[in-house]
Amino acid sequence: MDIPRHWRLRKQRYGLVGEVCEHCDSKVFPPRDICPDCGEEAKTLFSFSGKGEVYSHSTVYDAPKGFDESTPYTIAMVKLEEGPLVTAQLTDLQEKEVKIGMPVEMVTRKLREAGDERSMIVYGYKFRPVMSH
Amino acid sequence: MSEKITLLKPENPVGIVGYGSYVPRYRLPASEISRIWTDGMGGLPIEEKSVAGPDEDVTTMSIEAARNSLKRAGISPQDIRAVWVGSESHPYAVKPTSTIVAEAIGAVPSTQAADWEFACKAGTEAMVAAMGLVGSGMARYALAIGMDIAQGRPGDPLEYTAAAGGAAFLIGPGEEALAIIEASYSFVTDTPDFWRRAYQKYPEHGHRFTGEPSYFKHITEAGQAMMDATDTKPEDYAYCVFHQPNTKFPQRVGKMLGFNAEQIKTGLLVPKIGNTYSGSAIIGLTAILDEAKLGDNILMVSYGSGAGSDAMVLSVTDNISGKSEKATTTQQYIERRTEIDYATYARLRGKLVKK
Ligand SMILES: [Zn+2]
Repeated sequence: MDIPRHWRLRKQRYGLVGEVCEHCDSKVFPPRDICPDCGEEAKTLFSFSGKGEVYSHSTVYDAPKGFDESTPYTIAMVKLEEGPLVTAQLTDLQEKEVKIGMPVEMVTRKLREAGDERSMIVYGYKFRPVMSH
Repeated sequence: MSEKITLLKPENPVGIVGYGSYVPRYRLPASEISRIWTDGMGGLPIEEKSVAGPDEDVTTMSIEAARNSLKRAGISPQDIRAVWVGSESHPYAVKPTSTIVAEAIGAVPSTQAADWEFACKAGTEAMVAAMGLVGSGMARYALAIGMDIAQGRPGDPLEYTAAAGGAAFLIGPGEEALAIIEASYSFVTDTPDFWRRAYQKYPEHGHRFTGEPSYFKHITEAGQAMMDATDTKPEDYAYCVFHQPNTKFPQRVGKMLGFNAEQIKTGLLVPKIGNTYSGSAIIGLTAILDEAKLGDNILMVSYGSGAGSDAMVLSVTDNISGKSEKATTTQQYIERRTEIDYATYARLRGKLVKK
């Protein structure tokens, strides 16, 4: 497992922290330091609200090692309310049928249920159906 | 008790500026456990208990409760100077839960961070420490969390109630508080009622010490001493909340202290979610704060095996208005439920091991 890579990504992964372009106010995720809209530098950190809706989705039946304990699971492209599209696993679905346009919200969960009890636990964002409040 | 009781009372007024809870969505009815182990015979200590999903642990649950407390407080996470997580089910044996929580909510790097342990009162112990840090003027805000995914050995009586959930409290200056914490008082002795040795997956209990010399003794001593020292009586309180290992114990201990069913009911969540250990008394407090109004007084007494009780007296201020709707309420978490059977439960909690 690539521990340094997990460590570098922790801010964007735990809290959906991306960037905002000071030139055109575009919100950028994942952070890449360049605004995809105007091509200018975008290095100011921005915390996304975590609210969005399902843009597309698919169900994974045959998962890579480390992700296979919870198959089948659903991966979605989520359109964040600030604009960007992010790909993430959906969680807490149960009987709920996933639909395009379904409102979802970010939660921080364990990304891997590694069978090996000695390894590092990797946490990161997933999305669940919006709770009523 | 002969000596004069000395309350812990901060130099500067402190209180709760934000609170948040978390309960995972799965529910295992107690009848399901009874069906597997006793063929459906025998009384049930609760209706159902909350069970965490496969991608949840004390860290992820603490992060959600902490985010809820921040929504209600409306402060910058950069102003938090301590992130303290009390639990008996920290995901790592070595590596703090609190640093992950602090990172996720944006409180790093200028903050204290540590994990607390004292069976089921680790959360209130963290709250008392936070009172000290804020009340001395050393910090403006400190975050205290109590959260657990409790484990019971398959077939053990604890399996009926061992549940998942908890709460987070942002402790801050009195003038911003939605509830002032007037004082705290702790009653602690060495009592061998419940323990888990290192490397063991499930806890043991000293049957002779469960109940009277442990739970009832510590809670009544702490609660009564608190009322004596603050010169208050049960009728001065709108609500009271105690540690909740099952439905009967908190009702009985409340009665022993002179409280009635009406005062106990709002914070009594154990029938619907089970015993959330470090989260048990304090998640009851969040359900009370969701309903409380200006002028209400609240008595909370936690209990941790080993053993000790922390008593706190809170008084609700006018900052409470509009706070509950700023985040998911505790009742909303309780109402969000997906019932599961024992087989699903065993799979979710990895209960293949019997030792
Ligand atoms: Zn731009």
